[in-house]
Amino acid sequence: MLDAILGLFNYWIAIGLMMTGLYIVIAHTNLVKKIIGLNIFQTSVFILYISMGKIQGGTAPILAEGTLIYSNPLPHVLILTAIVVGVATTALGLALIVRIYEAYGSAEEDEIVNKDRRA
Amino acid sequence: MNFELIIDVVLLALLVATAIGIASLRQLFPVAMLAGIYSLLSACFFVLMDAVDVAFTEAAVGAGMVTVLFLATFALTSRTELPTRPRRRQAALIAVFLTGALLMLATRDMPHFAAADAPIHSHPLYERYTVTSNEEIAVPNVVTSVLASYRGYDTLGEVTVIFTAGIAVWMLLAGRSRRNKSAKGMQH
Repeated sequence: MLDAILGLFNYWIAIGLMMTGLYIVIAHTNLVKKIIGLNIFQTSVFILYISMGKIQGGTAPILAEGTLIYSNPLPHVLILTAIVVGVATTALGLALIVRIYEAYGSAEEDEIVNKDRRA
Repeated sequence: MNFELIIDVVLLALLVATAIGIASLRQLFPVAMLAGIYSLLSACFFVLMDAVDVAFTEAAVGAGMVTVLFLATFALTSRTELPTRPRRRQAALIAVFLTGALLMLATRDMPHFAAADAPIHSHPLYERYTVTSNEEIAVPNVVTSVLASYRGYDTLGEVTVIFTAGIAVWMLLAGRSRRNKSAKGMQH
């Protein structure tokens, strides 16, 4: 029982973090906060993937004499790419928010929708 | 191993606490700081998981650059958010709990954490990368040889994405000062 809990603990926490991020994206109306929620979601996916690459008694995948077990490098590579792409999307999202703020004078979803309705 | 497990549990608990803090605060400046802390904590976690390359990228990019981007956005927009509406919060909670429960159910099929017999470690690629890459690429850091050689096209695609995003950000923000000046001129 304890074995199963500890064996799946990382995945459960990753799911918990994912859901926190998703909650922020759905519940909050501030656009910057939404982007931060998206970032939390994203990092939790990284945690999920990196957890899968870990192997008992393994070390970092840098080849050296005397070490036999390495953690799986493939998730590391994929997540490395994902981090950089994530920054690109964050930057683009924030730039869009700055433009929206210029046009509407607000970064709150509700106010923007209201202004659009009135116009 | 047990010691590692304790650090693992503590780091993950701190991550959860930080995420809840981010969700509950309404002042956006502390939220940006907490987001930076969240990134640093996840970088620590990646070191524990032997993903050193991922850890320093996350620390530099996630904790460094993204925080700067958030602060720059606050300077150009507002720093506080309006309170969330209760109905919206309830809808979000329901959606989140349903999705979370489904995902939790799915984890029952996952191989246990750090298990040596997990499918990911018995796939032929694992041996190709950790054993054969020494002769094929001759770079000690396996992540580098996979990133730059075996999956080089992936990295090329990544660079394309950054380039596109960079151009898009530039196009969105380039006319800002000009527009501001003309808007001020109209007011006078």
